[in-house]
Amino acid sequence: MISFILNKKTINTPEHSGMTLLDFVRYDQRLTGTKIGCREGDCGACTVLVGSLKNGTIEYQSITSCISPLGNAHGKHIVTVEGTNLKNTLTIAQEAMKDNYATQCGFCTPGFVVALTGFALSNSEKNYNTALNAISGNICRCTGYKAIEKAAYQVVEKLEHKTIENSMNWLIENNVVPDYFASIPQRLKDIEAKDLNQPKGKYIAGGTDLYVQQADDLVGDSVHLIAEKDYLKGIKIENDVCTVGTNSTVSDLWNHTQINNYFPNLKKHLKLVSSEQIRNMASFGGNLANASPIGDMTIFFLALNSDIIITNEREEERVVSLKNFYQGYKTYDLKDGELLKQISFKLPTNQSFFNFEKVCKRTHLDIASVNSAISITIKNGTIEDAHVSIGGVAAIPKYLHDTSNFLTGKSLTSETILEAGEILQSEISPISDVRGTSSYKRLLGRQLFFAHFTELFPKQFTLHDFIQHA
Amino acid sequence: MHKNNSNNTLKSKLDAVSISLKQSIKNLDSYTHVRGESLYVDDVNIRQGTFHAVVFDSPKAHGKIKHIDYSKAEALEGVERIFTHKDVPGKNQIGGIIPDEPLFAEDEVHFWGMPIALIVAESEFIARKARSLIEIDIEELPVITTAKQAKAKGSFINAPRSFSLGNTEKGFAACEYVFEGETFSNGQEHLYIEAQGAYAEPLENGNIKITSSTQGPTAVQKTTAQVLGVAMHKIEVDVTRLGGGFGGKEDQATPWAVMAALATYHLNQSVKLILNRHDDLRMTGKRHPYESTYKIGLSKDLKILAYEAEFLQNSGAAADLSPAIAERTLFHATNSYFVPNVETTVISCKTHLPPNTAFRGFGGPQGMFVIESAIAKAAHEIGVTPRQIQEANLLDESDSFSYGQIAKQVEAKNTWESAKSTYNIKALEQEVEDFNKKNTNFKKGLALMPITFGISFTNTPMNHARALVHIYLDGSVGISTAAVEMGQGVNTKMMQIAAQVFSIPIEHIKIESTNTTRVANTSPSAASSTADLNGKATLKACNALLGRLKTVASEDLKVSEENIELKNEFVFVNGKKSELSWTELISKTMLKRVALTENAHYATPEIHFDKTKEKGHPFAYHVYGTAIITTTVDCTRGTYEFDSVKIVHDYGKSMSEGIDLGQVEGALAQGIGWMTMEEIAYNDDGKLLSNALSTYKIPDIFSVPKEVEVIPLETSGHDLAILKSKAVGEPPLMYGIGAYFAIQNAIKAFNPNYNLKFHAPMTPEKVLMSLYEK
Repeated sequence: MISFILNKKTINTPEHSGMTLLDFVRYDQRLTGTKIGCREGDCGACTVLVGSLKNGTIEYQSITSCISPLGNAHGKHIVTVEGTNLKNTLTIAQEAMKDNYATQCGFCTPGFVVALTGFALSNSEKNYNTALNAISGNICRCTGYKAIEKAAYQVVEKLEHKTIENSMNWLIENNVVPDYFASIPQRLKDIEAKDLNQPKGKYIAGGTDLYVQQADDLVGDSVHLIAEKDYLKGIKIENDVCTVGTNSTVSDLWNHTQINNYFPNLKKHLKLVSSEQIRNMASFGGNLANASPIGDMTIFFLALNSDIIITNEREEERVVSLKNFYQGYKTYDLKDGELLKQISFKLPTNQSFFNFEKVCKRTHLDIASVNSAISITIKNGTIEDAHVSIGGVAAIPKYLHDTSNFLTGKSLTSETILEAGEILQSEISPISDVRGTSSYKRLLGRQLFFAHFTELFPKQFTLHDFIQHA
Repeated sequence: MHKNNSNNTLKSKLDAVSISLKQSIKNLDSYTHVRGESLYVDDVNIRQGTFHAVVFDSPKAHGKIKHIDYSKAEALEGVERIFTHKDVPGKNQIGGIIPDEPLFAEDEVHFWGMPIALIVAESEFIARKARSLIEIDIEELPVITTAKQAKAKGSFINAPRSFSLGNTEKGFAACEYVFEGETFSNGQEHLYIEAQGAYAEPLENGNIKITSSTQGPTAVQKTTAQVLGVAMHKIEVDVTRLGGGFGGKEDQATPWAVMAALATYHLNQSVKLILNRHDDLRMTGKRHPYESTYKIGLSKDLKILAYEAEFLQNSGAAADLSPAIAERTLFHATNSYFVPNVETTVISCKTHLPPNTAFRGFGGPQGMFVIESAIAKAAHEIGVTPRQIQEANLLDESDSFSYGQIAKQVEAKNTWESAKSTYNIKALEQEVEDFNKKNTNFKKGLALMPITFGISFTNTPMNHARALVHIYLDGSVGISTAAVEMGQGVNTKMMQIAAQVFSIPIEHIKIESTNTTRVANTSPSAASSTADLNGKATLKACNALLGRLKTVASEDLKVSEENIELKNEFVFVNGKKSELSWTELISKTMLKRVALTENAHYATPEIHFDKTKEKGHPFAYHVYGTAIITTTVDCTRGTYEFDSVKIVHDYGKSMSEGIDLGQVEGALAQGIGWMTMEEIAYNDDGKLLSNALSTYKIPDIFSVPKEVEVIPLETSGHDLAILKSKAVGEPPLMYGIGAYFAIQNAIKAFNPNYNLKFHAPMTPEKVLMSLYEK
């Protein structure tokens, strides 16, 4: 039995945990405000909020319900647009959309309203940028983005006086959410959702990839959800080593204060990784296990020279270097019954630098044509250590062994970089596909490699140092 | 000093825009939209026992069907029945303009995704599972995917069309400069977020009601009747609203509605057919790709003296609306310019892609892209800026278009000059130049894009509409028209008209669903004309009712009719409020047995077009405007952002500023998408590669221009526009064409070796390859 609160209503359903939350909400519960646009998490029309109790307080995040298994709602508060409606008036998010002419055909509108409501409920900093991030996974084809921008800004202004203490009361008094929200934390505690009794089956964490690829195969009673497994969660820092549970989401990393201190550009980099809705669901383990040659976080962790800790049903553990994990297209060193448990990497020192680059047709919420990351340690102008990774140019997410080796011990000059760039070219073998021709990917690979250095050492290098006619 | 003045004017104009936005009427549908309470096809409550359908489609682009084995699918539990062409009681034919498109393939398949059968089951999931069990054997035949291939093989939809003015041979002979070249503009997926769908339910006596997400309810009704072999009156089509259409549901909403109705006909049970996204992308047509060649000739003072173009339209496997779209390409081939000698030809080429179809702009954008390319090429070769050529050739009052219409109330130069002065083009150009001098990693580019777009269906007989207006006993009003609400705000505009005529609050007025039993034989909601045609009919109906109400009031109050006026829910006599309220007047009218219902018909006057001569006056009026687009290209990565788009747009006298601004901004964003990131890809076998939202990217909130300023051109409006408020749906899409040229100018600033190419969209791939070509 899956138990959760849907808007005001307590749900106890015997439905299969692999059914999508969207289908349950729309067709089982007849809440038709949640729309179907793409069923691949790419349009946001099906956005709902998930409220989870954490240390007694409730935290809301937006997700795309089309690629979320129903079982992941267990013990949570799920909010659809109907659940935000007030009796005779509009919420501030709804009012802002209406006032600013931010609805045209209206089909994407509930998704925007829910995402903006999630933004209002969250503890994140409230400014224009964070407001736009909150709706980064919502597509409006009509396309009223300039009006929607204004609406989002209006929400920010309305939230200016939001209190941190008793914030739920403030939100209720100020027409952000209806008053039943106040009783949700207690009601969730009362549900005492026991662990789901799950069959053996395909492991699913966030579901953001599997539900895009094979949703029809998962709706039966054959999935094993792992998103709530505590031993796969958490981000720990000990002795300059960071250990990330594979069930952590991209948002967990995004929100981690210490990690942000170690990686000052982290948010900028992670913003290139999908949308807020997807970042709230997508797990690192899923990204690694998907083994896409273009997986953003895989490329990210490869350049950090990460290890992965693998566990099995007997709770035995083994450690594999991520760069040795992949064996061929979508094949890797993982046996039946094994799970990726943790990713660990050494944190950067004040002499090491990290950069992530990604280019695709659309800058945000798109799959890269080529992505690349680098971590590099410089002492007195000499490269003490370098790890470079690149995606989209080989059958596997590629750790550039030769390029990285070549850089190590060299002085940081444009000659070194140009020569390393040549080696990079010999290590990659891109193919032509819908993300670009092979010659484009080669050129882009070169350019992104240069970009690492112009980004990290802007005083030392400009594009001019690498390109003749620039 | 000059700059300050200009800034002040700009500021005051922008302030005026923001004040008008505060005062302007809000979209009346927005209340239910924001609460998730608006009803689309898939939201309608369905009857018990409703079946769900999935379409089985061709897995090859061209071939002979040797054998299909449905047995495994039919045996699956929950599958009710599978329908094929053999189950069609009437004609297996859905072609609108030319009868060349079967509903279900018979012996041959002509595109990848062509419907072959309809699987009806207890759930969509079961139907989809059944689909995977169907085995088909196709003997493959050669596949044509491009218009050029089709032309080489002589594969056409219909005969080519040509427009001509003057004599291009003589024109070119008099030119100082003549340039030739070729261009390509790719298709564009509509990507209405609400996919295609319909719900059919049986009524008594074999009648069927269809709820459809269509822009053309009459097309659905007519085609369903034809396929079922029944009279049109047996089919009722109802449309509440669309979750986006953009032309994609003008003709191509029809097959799904017909299929659902066919299953209902046989099963006497309700059937729902909603395409999932991948099916929709694979099975439906898109904006037409065009391969074109041009020849442009200019005098020493940059006057375009002659222009020739041949447009190869990739029509896909059947005519659909292609001939009409091809025609509009010719109508807009010279955009906002007067060219004395013109020779343009369009050829609709038959290929093995899904039949391409209407998309906002309807062939116009494809035509305009070619002449803008020709101008860019000429400017580059001559060594002037494209702006100088554009400016030297803008339309003037009484100039003739190549199709013979004489341009009247022309605003081409007015919008151009107003854009230049209000936004201070010189300062903007200087800024770009300074930036490019200082920066190596980034380059800016700027382009101007004037637009001129004709309003009316170019097929003159389609320019009509009707409105049915009821005033109920309590004084509330219900309005039915042929207009389909799809986000363009037409419901709000209809309501404004009635509220204005009757002088009652909008809360008293309801806009009904669009239904073929209330308003029959309609034209689709398309061609930007929906508000004009249906608004004029509504205005006419309301005025007729108003006349009757005044008669009753004059009798009641014993004053002459001329002295009576309805204002704020009361009858006013000689400007003074009487005791007689709106509701009392309605009661009295009813007691006097005077009709409180009016059905009005409107047909656009003045327009005509003779296809045998290719001359006439096809448009009620034109819409004009000018956009200035500035972009920044990241020369390391080949990516780009749009800094700003600054527009002066000819709204006439906008009746709904907020809604109209939404149309301008929305069309602009779609136009930019078409020109930049939206890349349709088929492989040589005719299989769609950009077959999901993960591989076909449309603009998101970060990819629209950072700043969009739209200032209305001050004019007195046009009498053939509803309340002088000009049509606004399609024209602004073409501002987006400027995006291509802005990026190209930035590339030129970085790479002196870059060879101009006119091959849209300008994806980051093309930008990077161009930045580094040698």
